[in-house]
Amino acid sequence: MAMIRSLIHGAPSIGIVVLLAIPYMGTPDFYLSYLYNIFFWVALSTSWGILSGYTGYWSFGHAAFFGTGVYTAATLAGKLETPFLLTIPAAAALAAFLAVAIGVIVFRIKSLRAEFFALLTLSVAFVISSIVSNTAIDGGSGVFLGNIVLPRLGTSDPGTIYLLGLVIAIASLVISRAVLHSRVGIGLLAIHDDEDVAEVKGVPTFRYKLIVFAISSAIAGATGAVNAAFVSYVTVGETFSITVPLYVVLMSILGGARHWAGPAIGATLITVARSLFVGAEQAERGRAGVALALILVILGLPQGIVPSVVPWWTRLIGRSRAAANPASPVAGDPPAVPSREARVLLECREVVRTFGGINALRGVTLSVNEGEILALVGPNGSGKSTLINAISGHFPATSGVIEFDGVRISGRRPHEIARQGIARTYQIPRLFDHLTVAENVRLCAEFGPPANSGERGSDEAARQWLAFTGLLSEAHRLPSALNLHERKFVELARALAARPRLLLLDEVLSGLTPSEVDQAVVMIKKIRSSGTTIVFVEHLMRAVVALADRVAVLDQGTLLAVGSPRETMQNPKVIEAYLGTPHAA
Amino acid sequence: MEDAGADSAFRANLAAGSMSYTLLGQSAIDGVLLGGIYGLLALGLSLSWGLLRLVNLSHFAMAFLAAYVTYQLGTTFNFPAWLSLLIVLPAFFLAGMSLHFVFTMFRVSEFSSMLVTFGVTVLIESLIQWIWSADFRKYETSYGQETLRLGPFFVPLLGLTAFACALAMALSAWIVLRHTMLGKALRAAAYDGSTAAAFGINANKLSYLLAGSCAASAGVAGVFIALIYTLAPSQIEAWIGVVFAVVIIGGLANPLGALAAGVLIGVSEAITMAVVNPAWASLVAFSILIALLLWKPAWL
Repeated sequence: MAMIRSLIHGAPSIGIVVLLAIPYMGTPDFYLSYLYNIFFWVALSTSWGILSGYTGYWSFGHAAFFGTGVYTAATLAGKLETPFLLTIPAAAALAAFLAVAIGVIVFRIKSLRAEFFALLTLSVAFVISSIVSNTAIDGGSGVFLGNIVLPRLGTSDPGTIYLLGLVIAIASLVISRAVLHSRVGIGLLAIHDDEDVAEVKGVPTFRYKLIVFAISSAIAGATGAVNAAFVSYVTVGETFSITVPLYVVLMSILGGARHWAGPAIGATLITVARSLFVGAEQAERGRAGVALALILVILGLPQGIVPSVVPWWTRLIGRSRAAANPASPVAGDPPAVPSREARVLLECREVVRTFGGINALRGVTLSVNEGEILALVGPNGSGKSTLINAISGHFPATSGVIEFDGVRISGRRPHEIARQGIARTYQIPRLFDHLTVAENVRLCAEFGPPANSGERGSDEAARQWLAFTGLLSEAHRLPSALNLHERKFVELARALAARPRLLLLDEVLSGLTPSEVDQAVVMIKKIRSSGTTIVFVEHLMRAVVALADRVAVLDQGTLLAVGSPRETMQNPKVIEAYLGTPHAA
Repeated sequence: MEDAGADSAFRANLAAGSMSYTLLGQSAIDGVLLGGIYGLLALGLSLSWGLLRLVNLSHFAMAFLAAYVTYQLGTTFNFPAWLSLLIVLPAFFLAGMSLHFVFTMFRVSEFSSMLVTFGVTVLIESLIQWIWSADFRKYETSYGQETLRLGPFFVPLLGLTAFACALAMALSAWIVLRHTMLGKALRAAAYDGSTAAAFGINANKLSYLLAGSCAASAGVAGVFIALIYTLAPSQIEAWIGVVFAVVIIGGLANPLGALAAGVLIGVSEAITMAVVNPAWASLVAFSILIALLLWKPAWL
């Protein structure tokens, strides 16, 4: 077994050595070109997956970046006689620059839906092809590159192109894997599932999307430069044809876009399948065959081949996931922090939020002391959740100032607010559906305030908070397998894992049974005793009275009263808001 | 689509070298009529995307299949176009429902639908190439070149008919969606299927009806494509980009919006062709789309 395992682990390096040696073994050019073609699609589809597979922002404009690379090489090497190897980084840089320029504009649109991104990028590709075709870059007649001098890497020009293609394909895989396994990677997967929540949990979504868009496009650009040398006659029609984005998408989906190896597997399968049909009539039948295979695979394996095969593979090589050990003693209680004298931690001044013509908050002024539990109560629609949303930055305040520990946070982006030490839960749990419970919690630990980030720390934090909420046994399940009560507790564990100084709880108790409520009340008290300040929205008066040091009553977007629970609930204005005028008299 | 032929009238003007109001007016007319074809193609796409959450790339291939059938029926059997239409409509209605059956059976998501229908597109394209070869085909009819004269302008009769048809279809789709129980039920089911079902709406039955109608509308577009344009399997892809731009600019599931957007794009393309250079025309549709997406008006 150990031998099999070491063989499997050694296979990639042996494979790479063999592939590198091929052009020196007198292999006929035909086979070199054949393999190059596979490398080409592997590089292109893997690069697509880095942005689109991980984040779910599907680009249909990959041809734009690929084409930028093709024409950078054509112009530099073909017309300006730049050494060919220099054109590759230049092509990558230009494609990345283009991506950043597009991304800076496009990713700022908050309501941009994934399909619109797909069509927007498709449009960009059309625009660029139009510009290339109508200007001196191409001029409409194509650029002939037969005269460019290639450096001699293998034993022939096809050998050189083969090696360049191989290097780019391997590089793209290495980069894609590194991105996925980095801090950025889990952030990207979170963006895929729920971008707003990712941002609120501290993921700098805008920056991450921009980074991977640039990386993805740079690889596409470099691939384009090499392919320009391969085809040696570049035309706008071929370069920017709809085939490039479509095949790239198909290959990635077929292989599994959320896995780093998925696009490469899909690319290899489709390229080989297409090559089985040569000759005019055969090629046509081959195309139809690929199309049919695609339909069947999408219908049968919507997640792609790799995600379907990985569990089986993992079992084969005996690499079981480090199982959570529920018996291990995990600190159930957060460490107690000596209470400090009351000072203001959160201050809201004249906070206003409008939605169209509706005033959800009409100037709320409220301060929260360090270490206290403040309950926000009020009838439905009174602005409680909106206030939570304004503090966490989910819906920024229209006007007014919110300060946290003396620092202004209103107007900051949600992830910056999260990193100041504010965490929140959602009334209806919004978990990342494709991440396990443990990964959900770990992500929030990782992207919380800087003090507790770091791989090891966040793994431990995830375990600690899952134990605290009694969910350790569910750690490796997907959120969809949990019931509402468990999902609410995962939501709570996620917020706690960030080790916030201020915890905002939006109706964590609603929908729970009386015994579950008791359990949660004990839990919230424990959280406070560790020094965390808590603001919670709740309808359940029993819990409000049991937990709150102070109660703030909102009605129609204004603050009606603040004070101790009993005093406040007897305030005539509060009774009137809840029960109507006659009862208040 | 520069070779599409709709601009033949002002090409002649262009040759005469007169850059005049006549030329502009003529391009505007041609653009409006081109917009009619865009609107005709966009209608079914917009409705199925907006109300069924299925992005049907094969809509274009279906339209071309209808065009080839019309061509074949017309050239071998001398069927008039309206008779072909009568054959195409029910056949495509059934085809649309069968495709939808596959979608519902496998619970295809919005993105997967794009991929599956891309596969269907390639299959239909192969089928067309197998039966009719990759050569260009033109369906010549006695009335194909007829024009209406309006002062200095020429209005191609077929283009006008296509536009009238697009307008009639868009209007009736709009009336059905806005003002009938059927349409309200459709919109409710699209917005929240399970809630709509709880109120007794049979969303499944409605979705088959809609899928069939969308495919039938592709058939109608196909008949006009056969009558007006030169056919080749490779032309299928040429329409995808522009028509998608039209669908988005018009707003999903908004029939009148789709037609208006078609006209907007058609007119801007035609005027660009006349005033600047035919090669820049395709740039226009996408520049408008990008500008609109960035400016993000409320109807998108």
